[in-house]
Amino acid sequence: MNNFSYLNDLIIPGSIIIAQILAVLMPVLISVAFLVYAERKVLALIQLRRGPNVVGPFGILQSFADALKLLTKENIVPANSNKIVFLLAPIITMVLSLAGWAVIPFAPNWVIADINVGIMYLFAVSSLGVYGIIMAGWASNSQYPFLGALRSAAQMVSYEVSIGFVIITVLLCVGSLNLTKIVEAQETVWFAIPLLPMFVVFFISALAETNRLPFDLPEDESTLVAGFFTEYSSASFVLFFLGEYASMILMSSMTVILFMGGWLPPFDIFPLNAIPGVIWFVIKIIFILFLFIWVRGTFPRYRYDQLMRLGWKIFLPLSLLWVVLTAGFLIAFDMVPNSL
Amino acid sequence: MYLYSITFYIFSLVAVLSALMVISARNPVHSVLFLILSFVNASGLFVLLGAEFLAMILVVVYVGAVAVLFLFVVMMLDINFVKLREGFLQYLPFGALLGIVLIIELGILFLSKSFSENTLSKFVQSPQINKVENTKLIGQVLYTDYFYLFQISGLILLVAMVGSITLTLRDRGNVKRQNISSQNYIDANKAIEKKKVKLGEGI
Repeated sequence: MNNFSYLNDLIIPGSIIIAQILAVLMPVLISVAFLVYAERKVLALIQLRRGPNVVGPFGILQSFADALKLLTKENIVPANSNKIVFLLAPIITMVLSLAGWAVIPFAPNWVIADINVGIMYLFAVSSLGVYGIIMAGWASNSQYPFLGALRSAAQMVSYEVSIGFVIITVLLCVGSLNLTKIVEAQETVWFAIPLLPMFVVFFISALAETNRLPFDLPEDESTLVAGFFTEYSSASFVLFFLGEYASMILMSSMTVILFMGGWLPPFDIFPLNAIPGVIWFVIKIIFILFLFIWVRGTFPRYRYDQLMRLGWKIFLPLSLLWVVLTAGFLIAFDMVPNSL
Repeated sequence: MYLYSITFYIFSLVAVLSALMVISARNPVHSVLFLILSFVNASGLFVLLGAEFLAMILVVVYVGAVAVLFLFVVMMLDINFVKLREGFLQYLPFGALLGIVLIIELGILFLSKSFSENTLSKFVQSPQINKVENTKLIGQVLYTDYFYLFQISGLILLVAMVGSITLTLRDRGNVKRQNISSQNYIDANKAIEKKKVKLGEGI
């Protein structure tokens, strides 16, 4: 107790933690900017247009220009809104979409918090994401945002159930909740191959969970103006926007960790395993993000009853069945990992 | 170690303050939001204790599912705030009685030998807990020693679910339903009829 020194006990560990957090969040935020640019460029290519091509070489600085424009605008708070909750909602969305990155392993030992319940933490953080949207919809005190918020809450709660079952199937094959161990368990084969139906269910549920097309009914512009962020402007809109894209990247890194072997190369042979793990991880994330954008450019929007039917009547029984099948298979062939 | 105690005090202070705000906030939606804040801080305290699995389950179940539905209901109700306060004095004695009983019970628990410092520290430092992940440990106990109780609690939840559905399910005759399979089996031959139209006559 007596040999307490501010430097050794408080400042050094505290500043190490802050430096680690910055080292993860800065690349994430910058990659959000490039993801927006990539999305616009890919959509333009799908629709035979040019896309952003004015700001910077090939228009690569477009998102920074957009952010600057939005931040310099006036932040309008509606007179009848519940002001504290109204301003808190985008902050919560943003913070939650960044909080999940604490447990993501980028490469062996490249992780801020290597906790034993990593996948549960990610699941918990993504299930909290709905609060930002409900709060925004309620605090705006306006019909369209409220309808958008209700749609979004119902949608996220329904798809979380099947995501939970998909995670359980993967955990049955791993025998641990630790994300690093989940990746290490895929050294022989990526789980995307033996658990292919679950991979598809997880990807589609991830689309619904992040409110992306074809499931973007909470912000359906043809019926709800802009959904839950109709009343938001300038900086608070930027926070929603950033939060949405950051959680898109988070969900795709979750997909990569659960099904595509995280930082592992596809085959453990010379030219492939010489490339560092981080680069493999980033390549796989970019592939999944491309799928997100590709789906957006290809499929029409679902009707709301179709969306609910898909979640409860198709994905839930399918994933439940697959949990039972996987457990039965593992026990029948005596392949249960680290049984006690 | 000092960072640890600072985080402990932050979590517990916010948990207690937000619990106070749950009962003193004027707007019911604010009350629910403070309840959620209190849950999250309680799960932070669980993490500090080393019970990571319980902490995450608390967030997933209570914050991610139960409180969302709670918030839903509170938001959708058209509540008259003045009327809500009317019965305050009427219910005060009953509420105070409940509070006093709870405080006395907690006091007995703390003063009795079964909760003294020795037993608590023995429990926390038991070697098994530090070696094995607590997820595994909970699973080992839950699915062996308490297997029947676990199954019974599942059944109780199932009964509650079936009960609430039967209470609210009404058979309304005039509801139009979608027949998904017949929608899927539509093809161009069934939907479109080709007709030869003579020029200038129409159909």
